[in-house]
Amino acid sequence: MAGKEDAPARPGKLAALGAWIDERFPMTKLWKEHVSEYYAPKNFNFWYYFGSIALFVLALQIVTGIFLTMSYKPSEAEAFSSVEYIMRDVEWGWLIRYLHSTGASAFFLVVYLHMFRALLYGSHRKPRELLWIFGVLIYLALMAEAFFGYLLPWGNMSYWGAQVIVSLFGTFPWIGDALVHWIRGDYFISDITLNRFFALHVIALPLVLIFLVVAHILALHEVGSNNPDGIEIKKAKGKDGHPLDGIPFHPYYTVKDLFGLGVFLVLFAAVVFFAPEMGGLFLEAPNFEPANRLVTPEHIAPVWYFTPYYAMLRAVPAFAGTQVWGVLVIFAAVFLLFVVPWLDRAPVKSIRYRGPIYKTALMLFAAAFIMLGYCGLKPAEQPFTTMSVIGTVYYFAFFLLMPWYTRIDSHKPEPSRVTS
Amino acid sequence: MGEAIDRGRRQLLTVATTLTGAVGMAFAAAPFLASWKPSARAKALGAPVEIDASKLEPGAMLKIEWRGKPVWVLRRTPEMIGKLDAIDKLLADPASEQSKQPDYAKNAARAVNPEYFVVLGVCTHLGCAPMSQFHPGEAKLSAKIGAEWPGGFYCPCHGSMFDLSGRVFRDVPAPTNLEVPSYTFADSGHIMIGLDPEKAA
Repeated sequence: MAGKEDAPARPGKLAALGAWIDERFPMTKLWKEHVSEYYAPKNFNFWYYFGSIALFVLALQIVTGIFLTMSYKPSEAEAFSSVEYIMRDVEWGWLIRYLHSTGASAFFLVVYLHMFRALLYGSHRKPRELLWIFGVLIYLALMAEAFFGYLLPWGNMSYWGAQVIVSLFGTFPWIGDALVHWIRGDYFISDITLNRFFALHVIALPLVLIFLVVAHILALHEVGSNNPDGIEIKKAKGKDGHPLDGIPFHPYYTVKDLFGLGVFLVLFAAVVFFAPEMGGLFLEAPNFEPANRLVTPEHIAPVWYFTPYYAMLRAVPAFAGTQVWGVLVIFAAVFLLFVVPWLDRAPVKSIRYRGPIYKTALMLFAAAFIMLGYCGLKPAEQPFTTMSVIGTVYYFAFFLLMPWYTRIDSHKPEPSRVTS
Repeated sequence: MGEAIDRGRRQLLTVATTLTGAVGMAFAAAPFLASWKPSARAKALGAPVEIDASKLEPGAMLKIEWRGKPVWVLRRTPEMIGKLDAIDKLLADPASEQSKQPDYAKNAARAVNPEYFVVLGVCTHLGCAPMSQFHPGEAKLSAKIGAEWPGGFYCPCHGSMFDLSGRVFRDVPAPTNLEVPSYTFADSGHIMIGLDPEKAA
């Protein structure tokens, strides 16, 4: 990159070009601020790989997505067969599509791990509340993006999955029916719905996602990264004004993240080449048949990354003649994420210095979330219905009781400088 | 130099300009939001359809598509009709008070003519398509109401069950009975789906 040296421009055409640009665009300034002179804590561990991996997967989804749109036809008559065409006739089409479909699952896996990291080390706590909120918004946009994208292959599970999710909006009193007609643009999920979901999937939500990711990174670079000790490295600065426990993002973390990315790509490639369907978890069996609006698949389950919420939806019984309660529960479950920075009242941020209550509560939360995800994949039968109820109650208790149990929990003193 | 800045006036103008802009944005947004509503073509394709139920054998069911949804026409046998009242206590809404149907179908048979049961084959839980289980001993439903029962409908998605009038059983995920669409008899065997009798003339 031009301009990473502090020294005045060396004689040479490249340096002259760099200087010419810098007078007109803050190229060197941006590079320094966000890369070569962005000081990150020196004690990042394994959990800090997932942000950069998520960024990579976003780029991968955009690139593979652009190439898929070149062969895909967003119409009821042609959608399913155009996906088959991509798989069979387009050179390397199968690879591009499997990268995209596996990328979707990888995106959620990486984002879930990234979010769990925040709960481990208190990365959502003051002064990083807004950074966390941008993150939750990214998660929401990602869910919408995945939902719209899932209809596009126009398989039978695509169709009925969309049918179930759109019906959720029909449960709202008074406006429900009109709202559902408005979302679908028709009296059922049709060509019209497919066409608009395509537009939302390939342009509207990717723009929103990119905007939010930029905001997320700007907020991160404004407040500085948290670290596994959950203490602020800006409190101990050297004579040069840089944090004593900070190291420049480039080259230290660009190299570390490249290593993490390498490991990720090995695993990712293994899935793409050897198990792109992941036993029906990433690509579901009924989706290998075209959409049939008169025949429901034997068992409807969303893709794995939505199943924790799907289990919550099913855990709530209908009463007073409406199913809206389950819908409100899943909206509340996502909304709670926004307020976690204010629910957590512990005097320390990192799990390293927290007491046994939070440690137990967080591990149980991870277990409950995975259990809910498992129940959401299963039919609505015992013991899964009872397990879903238990998981849902625990999910809400974890957040709603947080102001109390984090306050009474014991904690160890934080160090003044990061530990290795 | 210059006059003192009138901050109150400046603030008033700023607020007024912002409000005017916001109203303009709302008007500008209206066409885009309205463009999502069902188009003229979608509405035309959703017009009423006529079906011939006269050739249907007693006990048989016809499935047709209207507005992308399965409409079922079940020609019920006298035995099926006769047993409708007997299981009221197992039903969540036997009198269809909470459920959606035209007024002329709000009765135990949930039909204009009890022999022809017209209903949308869409589960009121989350829109799946229930399966018909009219034969004694068919797995899911008979476990609940006994093997000698003439049956009803079972939704494979989340296990909701409905009787032969599309009335929902207690303790299943579906909150209400299956929806009955508006329909009218063009003559004794021809049914217009999607058309109310008073509008048929």
